[in-house]
Amino acid sequence: MIYLTRRYRFAASHRLHSDALSAEENARVYGKCNNPYGHGHNYVLEVTVAGEVDPATGMVYDLGALDQTVELEVLERFDHIHLNLDAERFRTQVPTTENLCIEIYSLLRPKLEADGQPGSARLASVRLEETNSNFFEYAGGSETPKAR
Amino acid sequence: MIYLTRRAEFSASHVYHNPDLSPEENRRVFGKCNNPHGHGHNYTVEVTVAGEVNPTTGMVLDLKDLKKVLESEVLQLMDHRFLNKEVPAFATKIPTTENIALEIWKLLASKLDFARLHRIRLYETPDLYVDYYGD
Repeated sequence: MIYLTRRYRFAASHRLHSDALSAEENARVYGKCNNPYGHGHNYVLEVTVAGEVDPATGMVYDLGALDQTVELEVLERFDHIHLNLDAERFRTQVPTTENLCIEIYSLLRPKLEADGQPGSARLASVRLEETNSNFFEYAGGSETPKAR
Repeated sequence: MIYLTRRAEFSASHVYHNPDLSPEENRRVFGKCNNPHGHGHNYTVEVTVAGEVNPTTGMVLDLKDLKKVLESEVLQLMDHRFLNKEVPAFATKIPTTENIALEIWKLLASKLDFARLHRIRLYETPDLYVDYYGD
């Protein structure tokens, strides 16, 4: 089993605000991130696929196909938008980087399997950096991302 | 258990080509990487070993030993080389980043008698890397 990771970038704005909380509670829980006009980040996304190396190509996953899927499912959807206002998923869910990381995993998982790559490659994990100092990682359900 | 990682860099060229495929298929599968004269990268390899801290030294292993093995087994073999033509393992196997990582694992695993190899991470570019854990 080999793990291949590709890094992508996108920029988006968001506002952390929960309708279930009062204005004071929102301000207390989310601090500056509750600013009504939102704010933005340059997100760095790492997508890790895992599988066996195909002896004919020496590759675990066709990078062109991976780029295309990530472009279509993630970058076109989230790059240069206001996540709360422009992304369907976050009309009802707070677009924290945790939730965005899980959403990206859910969008990619079925598509990357459907790509029909040799060596039964699959999505292993998604890692999303909100800033250089903050990142989140999700491998689906209760799975632990492979030790780094 | 504690994990220690040592990083090293090497530069090499390679070409992706499978003689069992037609020229058209090679171009379709490998794209620009099929350019017959090859192209190069600055690779970064991270070698991670796992072990317990030695109570006498406070260290998991002597870093010099790891550096020496990495130098003699990997860097001397691959640095400033055309991998397809100059590294025996890639005479018959395509030197993709995946296969280079597997080869580095093989080269190091037998020599690291003083530590347990845990992971090889190989960066082809800052935006692309593979991890191999030996299984």
